[in-house]
Amino acid sequence: MKILVALKRVADPDNANKVKIPASADKVDTTGLEWKPNPFDEYALEAALRLTENGQQPKTRAGEVVVVTFGPKETETTLRAALATGADRAIRVDASDEQLDGDLVARALKALVEKEKPDAVVMGKQTVDGDTNQVGQLLAEYLDWPQATFAATIEEEANGALLVGREIDGGVAKVRVKLPAVVTVDLRIVSGASVYSTKTARSFKYNDGVRFAALPAIMAAKKKPLAEVKLAELAADTKLKVTYGSFTAPPARKAGIKVKDVAELVQKLTTEAKVL
Amino acid sequence: MASVLVVAELGEGKVKKTTHSAITAAQKIGGSFSILVIGGGAAGAAAELAGFGAAKLLVADDASLASFLAETYAPTIAEVAKSGGFTHVVATASSYGKDLMPRVAARLGAAYVGDITEVVSDSSYRRPMFAGNAFGVAKVETPVQVVSARQSAFTPAEPSGGQSPSETVKLAAGGQAASRVEFVGVETTKSARPELTEARTVVSGGRALKERFEEVLAPLADVLGAAVGASRAACDAGYAPSDLQVGQTGKIVAPQLYFAIGISGAIQHLAGMKGSKVIVAINKDGDAPIFQVADYGLVADLFTAVPELVTAIKAAK
Repeated sequence: MKILVALKRVADPDNANKVKIPASADKVDTTGLEWKPNPFDEYALEAALRLTENGQQPKTRAGEVVVVTFGPKETETTLRAALATGADRAIRVDASDEQLDGDLVARALKALVEKEKPDAVVMGKQTVDGDTNQVGQLLAEYLDWPQATFAATIEEEANGALLVGREIDGGVAKVRVKLPAVVTVDLRIVSGASVYSTKTARSFKYNDGVRFAALPAIMAAKKKPLAEVKLAELAADTKLKVTYGSFTAPPARKAGIKVKDVAELVQKLTTEAKVL
Repeated sequence: MASVLVVAELGEGKVKKTTHSAITAAQKIGGSFSILVIGGGAAGAAAELAGFGAAKLLVADDASLASFLAETYAPTIAEVAKSGGFTHVVATASSYGKDLMPRVAARLGAAYVGDITEVVSDSSYRRPMFAGNAFGVAKVETPVQVVSARQSAFTPAEPSGGQSPSETVKLAAGGQAASRVEFVGVETTKSARPELTEARTVVSGGRALKERFEEVLAPLADVLGAAVGASRAACDAGYAPSDLQVGQTGKIVAPQLYFAIGISGAIQHLAGMKGSKVIVAINKDGDAPIFQVADYGLVADLFTAVPELVTAIKAAK
């Protein structure tokens, strides 16, 4: 199976409270925050690797995993890290965040899919900077492909289909999508028994979480192919459908009071907050 | 003048509560609104929405729509939006709306703005970004716009009386996508507790609970009729299942009352719960950051404080 994985780097989500809003309020200032891969996209890469291997022989790729990002030259660091983890090839679409919205990314990805012809596109359900949760769905519609969003489990079936367990409110919905298809992944996709290719025995259990690159793989990744594509080559119309401004900080929460014991807590909740 | 199409959400042939928040969002956009009731049992469920002041109730009920799939619903929704000349299509940002609405937008060539918390004008919407650490106003540049509204930010609409006229709409054929997807089934989480994102009270635990997570929290959740949540650290350590995770990468909750028990208050967790009305923190570390957002903090050993709390709440009731 050939899989295209879309990745984005984001300002360190564990320090997202340090984002600043300048007086002009026209942007969010993330200066000083480290770049990290979007967590959901890291999970997508892990899922793609699991789908293209026998879990017992993770160094042999059965198929191809191509990673793509949209960003300036520095984002090649994110791609190299993905190559070190096991992806075969990388593509960087040269663009800055200001030039993009989710719709334009989806339209450009469509053009890339038509060129690369993967069996599946796998990506995170959302990036944790814009939090828009739309690119996978938009891409699926533009391609007229089925979509399996918010995937918690993926089983490859013998007949070129994926059986996907989707996280929905209050449970998991199972859908079967015939390839090619778009899959967006949710948290539980990196649990030990979440993703099975046809080559991996159902008795096999992965370690929870994403795999890490060993030093030799990091060195080898420097030699893996990384291509650059111009945004205009993929999308003729680069006009944005949504633009952002008037940023504000969230309303501050006042620290409350400390109570001395359980009795005082229950009394406050009953008579003051009136929530019991 | 805005003309809004609200897409209702059904569950087992009934209107889900989420729909009432989408109606409120439509009212805030202004102009007039109609409601599209689509899915298995829509014809029966439509009556539940007759008294909310909609210009029309549009009904799409067919065996092919019995189980929800974005691929089969989106063509009809887009067709209804187009033929009815609607300027806005609105749903709630539940897992249903988030899956479905971008697909509708793509079919309409419209902009999609997801998970809005405020209608600023009929073409701009405030929404949380960076896990709630910043709010941005999304300005839409297309004539038709598709929006999903965060349920907790829009008070559910109440019936206002009257009787909206109802009509059946024609189904639009799905493309390749619809023919390549099959609904297999739903496994509902087996729990007597309310859904995390809809609960009035949430009791969340952190890594400090260790293997006693369920043993300590269950009695408190049960006495309060609360949903149980967990910090990412507790999920990562395997003390709680990951679908309970509250936080930036988990569920965003905004209940009336939130208990953070043995949770230090990492930014990632705060992002998922700081919209709660009243926050209670119990932690033995008095300097834990969770106390900076808690309305009521108790510095105590949770293994003794929580059982005491259960007894005290039972006594107070």
